[in-house]
Amino acid sequence: MANRTTIDARGAFCPGPLMELIAALKLVEIGDEIEVLSSDMGTALDVPEWVAKVGHAMVGVEEKGDYWSVVVRKAK
Amino acid sequence: MSKKILIVGGGLAGTIIANGLCRQLGKELRSGAISICMLGTSDQHMYQPGLLYIPFGRIRVTELYRDQRKVLDRRVPYFVDPAAHIDVEKKLVSTQSGRVFEYDYLVIATGSRLMLQNIPGLAEGAHWFYDLEGARKMRDALLDFEGGKIVVNVNAPHKCPVAPLEITFMLRDFLTERGLMDKTEITYTYPIGRVHALEGVANWAKPAMDEYGIKYETFFNTKEVDPGAKTITSEEDVTLAYDMLVTIPPHNGAEVITDSNLGAGGWVPTDKQKLLREGSDDVFVCGDTTNIPISKAGSTAHFEADTVIDNLVSLLTEGRWARHYDGKVYCFIETGMKEGTYVWFNYKTPPNPGPPSQMLHWFKLAYNRLYWLSVRGLL
Repeated sequence: MANRTTIDARGAFCPGPLMELIAALKLVEIGDEIEVLSSDMGTALDVPEWVAKVGHAMVGVEEKGDYWSVVVRKAK
Repeated sequence: MSKKILIVGGGLAGTIIANGLCRQLGKELRSGAISICMLGTSDQHMYQPGLLYIPFGRIRVTELYRDQRKVLDRRVPYFVDPAAHIDVEKKLVSTQSGRVFEYDYLVIATGSRLMLQNIPGLAEGAHWFYDLEGARKMRDALLDFEGGKIVVNVNAPHKCPVAPLEITFMLRDFLTERGLMDKTEITYTYPIGRVHALEGVANWAKPAMDEYGIKYETFFNTKEVDPGAKTITSEEDVTLAYDMLVTIPPHNGAEVITDSNLGAGGWVPTDKQKLLREGSDDVFVCGDTTNIPISKAGSTAHFEADTVIDNLVSLLTEGRWARHYDGKVYCFIETGMKEGTYVWFNYKTPPNPGPPSQMLHWFKLAYNRLYWLSVRGLL
């Protein structure tokens, strides 16, 4: 069972949800998941674009009312 | 029974808190009802933002330092004896020399540290200005630089999020003044898909880079540096050649945090409004040490420290909470050698930097000296 860490980056302007995700992925093991909560709609687009470039795995993107939940699995 | 406040960390956050508490708790300190004690790693207090000017010879090293015991209120005993283990269950902090300190309230302000070793080849191949030794070597390298490719490489996480842009624009001005810019290509790399984490700052910085001919490579997370071949390669499989590499290294929190199982990477899980360690009602966390998704910057630490002071004083004297931290951050931004701007934001207000001006550059230069009033709790 993969460990999942949640980062509540709602209202975080700097360094922002994607930068928080990048930093958090450095601290977990391959196969672990990071969930980022973001109030910025751009996160739902930025994160999948970066994940595809770098070779991690998207688990899901879900709109939850006034925020988004984005889950990424560390793959390398 | 005296209430003991223990502050672990003698940097900006811990020192502002100690001095602020002394200003508000004079009567209790005199009577012995409250005591404050601090543990730190150095007898010198450094003004870290001043390091930005060292590579350009624009600040004297002596301006960066003061004796920590002179900065700190004399009513606070200060031990240059770094914390080795923090036990939040037994409310004990042990130090590297073997001392053990008890507390009623603990403030953890242990800051962050450079982790060049996390990226192969980075320490050997790069220059940096985030510590004095690195900044001095970068100054020497700049004086020898005769043109070529400069890569300014930004890694996550890092403190002082505007410093990468400042060094880039200042490099451009420095090299222009030396008549080298027409023989130089500057490329700026950034981990996410725009040139700065703050969208408003990115929207201002990108056209400025275009105007000045500064190239940028976004979505660039450093995988490795080859100092022999003078190349830097990203996790996204982009390789750049360089003649001079300037890096903003990745950071971690202090070792004592991980050694005490208080947080991965040295970042302590912290309530973003109360600034209490998650699961504790007697452990405050301030500055870079928190895991709050907010800028790791002196300004953040300063505004957090003001909140911690108010809440500690209120809890100790009235037994109630005073106020929440609203996420306020205010940072000056050098946009070159002669102009600057600023940015401020909080948890609800997005940043929107204004047009650069000479006056704001002068304000920043003035603040470089006013800092010594801030850290004493006067400003």
